[in-house]
Amino acid sequence: MTSNGSVELKIQRFDPERDAAPHWQTFTVPVEPMDRVLDLLTRAKELFDGSITFRRSCAHGVCGSDALLINGRNRLACKLRVEQLGKSVTVAPLPGLPIVKDLVVDMDGFFDKYRSVQPYLVASPVEGSGERLQSQEQRDRFDDTTKCILCAACTTSCPSFWAEPEYVGPAAIVNAHRFIFDSRDENAEARLDILSDEDGVWRCRTTFNCVEACPRGINITKAILEVSSAISAQE
Amino acid sequence: MTSGLRSSTTHTDVEAIVVGAGGAGLWAALELAREGIPTAVLTKLYPTRSHTGAAQGGVCAALGNVEEDHWEWHMFDTIKGGDYLADQDAAEVLAREAIPAVIELERMGLPFNRTPDGKIDQRRFGGHTRNFGEGPVRRSCYAADRTGHMILQTLYQQCIKAGVKFYDEYHVVDLVFEGGEANQGGRCSGVVGYKISDGTLHVIRAKAVLLATGGYGRAWRVTSNAHSLTGDGMSLAWRHGVPLQDMEFYQFHPTGIVGIGILLSEAARGEGGYLLNDSGTRFMETYAPKLMELAPRDMISRAIYQEVRAGRGIGGRDYIHLDVRHLGRKVIEEKLPDITDFARVYQGVEPISEPVPVQPTAHYAMGGVPTNLETEVLADARGTVVPGLFAAGEVACVSVHGANRLGTNSLVDLLVFGKRAGIRMAQICKSTSQPGSIQGAERAVRDELLELSTRPTGVRPAEIRRELAALMMDNVGVYRDEALLGAAVKRITALKLEYANVRVEDTGSVFNTDLLEARELGYLLDTAEATAVSAYARKESRGAHSREDFPERDDAKFLAHTLVWRGTEGAAASTIDYKPVTITKFEPKPRVY
Repeated sequence: MTSNGSVELKIQRFDPERDAAPHWQTFTVPVEPMDRVLDLLTRAKELFDGSITFRRSCAHGVCGSDALLINGRNRLACKLRVEQLGKSVTVAPLPGLPIVKDLVVDMDGFFDKYRSVQPYLVASPVEGSGERLQSQEQRDRFDDTTKCILCAACTTSCPSFWAEPEYVGPAAIVNAHRFIFDSRDENAEARLDILSDEDGVWRCRTTFNCVEACPRGINITKAILEVSSAISAQE
Repeated sequence: MTSGLRSSTTHTDVEAIVVGAGGAGLWAALELAREGIPTAVLTKLYPTRSHTGAAQGGVCAALGNVEEDHWEWHMFDTIKGGDYLADQDAAEVLAREAIPAVIELERMGLPFNRTPDGKIDQRRFGGHTRNFGEGPVRRSCYAADRTGHMILQTLYQQCIKAGVKFYDEYHVVDLVFEGGEANQGGRCSGVVGYKISDGTLHVIRAKAVLLATGGYGRAWRVTSNAHSLTGDGMSLAWRHGVPLQDMEFYQFHPTGIVGIGILLSEAARGEGGYLLNDSGTRFMETYAPKLMELAPRDMISRAIYQEVRAGRGIGGRDYIHLDVRHLGRKVIEEKLPDITDFARVYQGVEPISEPVPVQPTAHYAMGGVPTNLETEVLADARGTVVPGLFAAGEVACVSVHGANRLGTNSLVDLLVFGKRAGIRMAQICKSTSQPGSIQGAERAVRDELLELSTRPTGVRPAEIRRELAALMMDNVGVYRDEALLGAAVKRITALKLEYANVRVEDTGSVFNTDLLEARELGYLLDTAEATAVSAYARKESRGAHSREDFPERDDAKFLAHTLVWRGTEGAAASTIDYKPVTITKFEPKPRVY
């Protein structure tokens, strides 16, 4: 592969054992034609500074480890090609979550919110040895929200979440939607009750940031509106 | 001087430990929870980041929902696909229990695609046939092309429901044994975990420990595997005297994205996609006229190499084309959305209007930690059980895949044997007492980690990792011979010596990925060594192991599983043993498709 020259990679650094506050550091990193931002981060770590810290695993957009704030937008570092960004790439941790070190944020609160919506099928036992039947139309009803990889790009792009960190957030609502609209589930009412709380769906201001941020192309705002409608219908 | 470790150590008692939270670990945890066994699940990621989630095409089970099918056909396909090296009792368990496992997943909520009458839909997949090889059969149950994602999500959801205790982002750095190592009659009595967020060590004692850590694809340069797949469980067991089985059988998936190895699922061919050479010919006609593009993966990967060698790669280069254009926009976008996205994002290719360049990519370990049908780890060729230690999923070698795994059977394996692991571990927990104290069990690994993280000078781990990955690609790839393998063994032994001088730059104890990547490189070197040594010793061609100097299968000498033990420090592994293959229903025959 021929070299494409180099790019300026600006990384937000923070080492809790040394630094009082985050600061920026810039590296000039050689770049190859099909490089993604994750490749740049990896190369900077390998060539210049082994202490540069970020999460990554699958490296092709299905595990959700490397959602980051890249040139001002939440995106997966492994799905974003460097050539789409030009010669200067700025990488910071996802906004609104506590920083652990460099680009790593504390995800525990995010996962607590996910777990709070009872994200699992609740259904009566089935007779016999076969599967439950579900029509293709019933299956399609919640297809979009099954795609979520819990990367947190949506929740941490949401102004309502920044303003009110107790807001359950788009990702948790997406995962509630996935069960509320599954014809096999019998627990919709409980989830709708949870989400009608003051920190539930009503905090959504339909700014569509979440839709912009989702690396899986989920129409998140639509899902949130469907959940709010279901709550209204219930009341 | 600071280091990647904090001095405090915590001690915890549970009854069962699951290492790894992919499909096998999660199902085992679920069974343990159902039996009320206090269990700790440790994962170096968050559970939903596990690589089970990357599996695309489907999970085979002979449900017969869209056409006639029988588990015996699935069993036969698995054995033939594995070039008769699979243990047939294990393949029978796999094919039989796939059916209730898939049904149970549906009942747990997995959103399978449906037939017009509302049943689980099924599609074709490589090597899966009707009536013992007559032609392709619709056996693969799927959820678009994100079946693995849905399996991972569904099992994690059920674990949340069942209140399973997770230790997220804990890296297991050692296994604890009492009464000697595994090959000395010792019993596994716990693990040492490293909490990534603060650098503390956690010693956890238990009656039963499951390795569910997946494979080691990162030993190769071009791979479909996640960065996290570094052979941790295999290496840790090997260091404690457990042999590794059939490590020479490593699968190259034929359709990886050129250069970076990301997988384009076999589902593309299951739906009817073509493989074309430079002249636009469906070259599989020459190699597998009956199954064509749905021949097993090892055969297609070799066919691609042959085409490239004969100058028929695209533009004379080292790749060929996967063509799905004739399937039409609707099928491509509805049934293959993820891989369409991959081609667009990572290659800038539009599969609806252009063929996609692909080449073989390192994908799956058929070999691993030897176990019996109950997932108990075995210490030798006689089948001596290592008390307290279990393995399931890709880290294990039961052996169901033999010399080559069929598409979807990795998911079937982790479902069936993950479940079996949980059931067996629960029985063991109920019938045995807690091991003796393991206070101080972290001392050895603490010293190793301290040494690694405070070495003042040395080479960067990335340099050794890069050289190892290139070496494995060139010398221990699709085609092998004595010279290539001999050179590989020698070079890996030398790299292990260089590894003793590896230097970690990050001296902090918070989220020190530099230290963990260096530790993982040690695991990769172990698994690469076991692979090269086993491949060198097997002087025949079978399944994914293709020796150009021994092109034929040799049942007289090699219808047997390889077991390899780790050598002393500084020397290549040299203790090798073979154990017979269990044959029940199907006598070995030449493998043609």
